[in-house]
Amino acid sequence: MAKQHRVVWDGNMAASQAMRQAQIDVVAAYPITPSTPIVQNYSQFVADGEVEGEFVMVESEHSAMSACVGAAAGGGRVATATSSQGYALMVEVIYQASGMRLPIVMNVVNRALAAPLNIHGDHSDMYLGRDAGWINLVANNPQEAYDLCLCAFKIAEDMRVRLPVAVNQDGFLVSHTAEVGEHLEDADAYGFVGDYTAHNPMLDPAKPVTYGAQTEGEWHYEHKMRQNYALVNAVPVVEEVLKAYSQLSGRDYAPVECYQTEDADELIICMGSVVGTTTMTVDRLRKAGRKVGMVAIRLWRPFPKEALAAAIKNAKSIAVLDRSCPMGTTGALYNETAAVMVENDKSANLINYIYGLGGRDTTTEHLEGIFDDAAECTKAGKRVKPIIQTINLRGKSLSFYE
Amino acid sequence: MGEIKQIKNLKEFSTSVERFQGGHRLCPGCSHSIIVREIVNATEDDLCISTATGCLEVCSTIYPFTSWDVSWIHIGFENAAAAISGTEAMHKALARKKKGYSDKPMKFIAFAGDGGTYDIGFQSLSGAVERGHDFMYVCLDNEGYMNTGGQRSSSTPVGGATTTSPAGRVSYGEKMQKKDMTAIMAAHRCQYVAQVAPSSWKDLVKKAQKAYQTPGATYINAMSPCPTEWKFDPSMSMEVSKVMVDSCVCPLYEIEYDPQTHNYKYTVNYEPKNKLPVKEYMALQGRFKHLFKPEFSHVIDQWQRDIDAQWDYIRRRQDAGV
Ligand SMILES: Cc1ncc(C[n+]2csc(CCOP(=O)(O)OP(=O)(O)O)c2C)c(N)n1
Repeated sequence: MAKQHRVVWDGNMAASQAMRQAQIDVVAAYPITPSTPIVQNYSQFVADGEVEGEFVMVESEHSAMSACVGAAAGGGRVATATSSQGYALMVEVIYQASGMRLPIVMNVVNRALAAPLNIHGDHSDMYLGRDAGWINLVANNPQEAYDLCLCAFKIAEDMRVRLPVAVNQDGFLVSHTAEVGEHLEDADAYGFVGDYTAHNPMLDPAKPVTYGAQTEGEWHYEHKMRQNYALVNAVPVVEEVLKAYSQLSGRDYAPVECYQTEDADELIICMGSVVGTTTMTVDRLRKAGRKVGMVAIRLWRPFPKEALAAAIKNAKSIAVLDRSCPMGTTGALYNETAAVMVENDKSANLINYIYGLGGRDTTTEHLEGIFDDAAECTKAGKRVKPIIQTINLRGKSLSFYE
Repeated sequence: MGEIKQIKNLKEFSTSVERFQGGHRLCPGCSHSIIVREIVNATEDDLCISTATGCLEVCSTIYPFTSWDVSWIHIGFENAAAAISGTEAMHKALARKKKGYSDKPMKFIAFAGDGGTYDIGFQSLSGAVERGHDFMYVCLDNEGYMNTGGQRSSSTPVGGATTTSPAGRVSYGEKMQKKDMTAIMAAHRCQYVAQVAPSSWKDLVKKAQKAYQTPGATYINAMSPCPTEWKFDPSMSMEVSKVMVDSCVCPLYEIEYDPQTHNYKYTVNYEPKNKLPVKEYMALQGRFKHLFKPEFSHVIDQWQRDIDAQWDYIRRRQDAGV
């Protein structure tokens, strides 16, 4: 294991430091709360001469991602950061980044989408980019924001993958919450990420390349399905990189992380900062003799279907938490879970909670309530709760799909 | 500024290594391809090019074919400038880190139509130019969104009939003045800004070479007669271009900004011996046909006044040396 240093970093600083250590060639970025400190921290690194690459302060997120695409196609390491409206403005171009198989790394500090305008955390932006063809990792605390950002470069640039990677972290709850953590020395961090491997660089005049051609009926389908093939097949590479990182750092990560699941009757499936709160809730209920557990989704895309199937195989009731308003259907993580159950002939009582929108607090008490709902279903041997419920919503409590 | 390279003569031009190959699917008589070819063949340096969505892009890179023998990227309609700014930044970064792919000079170009420049790409262009990236931006100005069937843009001239500003029983077509993009780009303090037309190819090549040799961002407004949507016979493109220049509808001029003195130096590169009436230019094109009805004759009269005023203004700036 490599030597580590103890620090107090918030999620933004953690991501910024990982970016500095990766010796990125081009960062093109635009500030937006709550990811602004990443852009500011990086500016300071540049001002202090700690970064040798180019830092391009563009005039919008649309141009930020466009410049990232141009730079990555040029042939070097590229990264950026954004949130919410900025992410939304990038959407056209994030599809281009993945369609051109460019290994860009983006720290996404998750925040609600307007209207109404709200600067606080939820997963609306992450869900907006769900089908954009990016690998999506979820960091649940500042330590993970650092670790996963380093891993992201290695995953993205792997020749078996060559796809962009987003590292999500919850706005404020992770991005602005300072915690004690550990980081690698610069040389070890860079040594892990490794030198950039060029693939069809525009800047090599000996071999001109065309990026972003037009493919109509004859080829579009083939291109998109091959892209999807690369994305789906990235799962083992993600596992491999996380394992290598764990050998270096001593911190273990997996696409799906199980906590007390083996003998659990009731499970909560969730992602983001709520994972920490759920872990505490599980501990508390376990002390009281309850057989509860948690499954945390670390890899949101490509979705780790097999690992999730294994994680839920013994559960009787499953509560799935989605931190984005599903707008006319059930939550996206719920839908993924339902699909995995059907695919594996797994039956369990399945319920969905929409929580934490616009930064609304979710506490251990709320999570205990969810485990209680699930236990009621287990006891009744069937789902006795509405399919979707809310947590900590003021006014009349709402539920959907009774 | 370095020394301007010798301009190839016509024969050399026709026999030089092609960097923009034929076989593309631009319309017969399209001026875009002529302009692009003149610009990319005006330098021996290596090139990296971005192109906005539009006629040039869709017609030159239909997979698995490409007309580009230099590195080329297309991302979207509104971000040709941002895209090339990223590639140029990567070039700088790798050079600084001594990890470049080549030690030879590399030039960067963004091509976009007037839609991709005057309208949807305006912000991205403004940003990239303000940031001082070392690239040449070339607007292929055919005064409308031709790739999508000839809709109006903010470059469409008054009275022009397009599919979204059609002439009709009560309308003479486009109502708004063409935006003065060249002046707007000069106001960005680009050190070199110019307007060109494909028929004046020596002037065009000379300006491209000047732009290649100017540090920072440069802008070239390349007027690009479009047989399909301006509605003239494809064999007439260069004729239309010539009349466009000789009527001063497209004055050939350049603006050099001196960052030391903050002076703008206007140079008119061509003074027609016989300045033709705009009517002659308009009469060549179907898009102005309706203006020849008596009830719309005032539009032509206004055109003449506007063009005269613009021509006069540019020459006054030249004479004043500011
Ligand atoms: C964001 C976006 N909006 C609209 C379009 C549709 N579109 C593609 S090309 C084009 C017009 C291009 O016009 P211009 O830039 O003038 O170039 P030309 O084709 O005339 O050379 C339009 C409207 C698009 N591709 N992307």
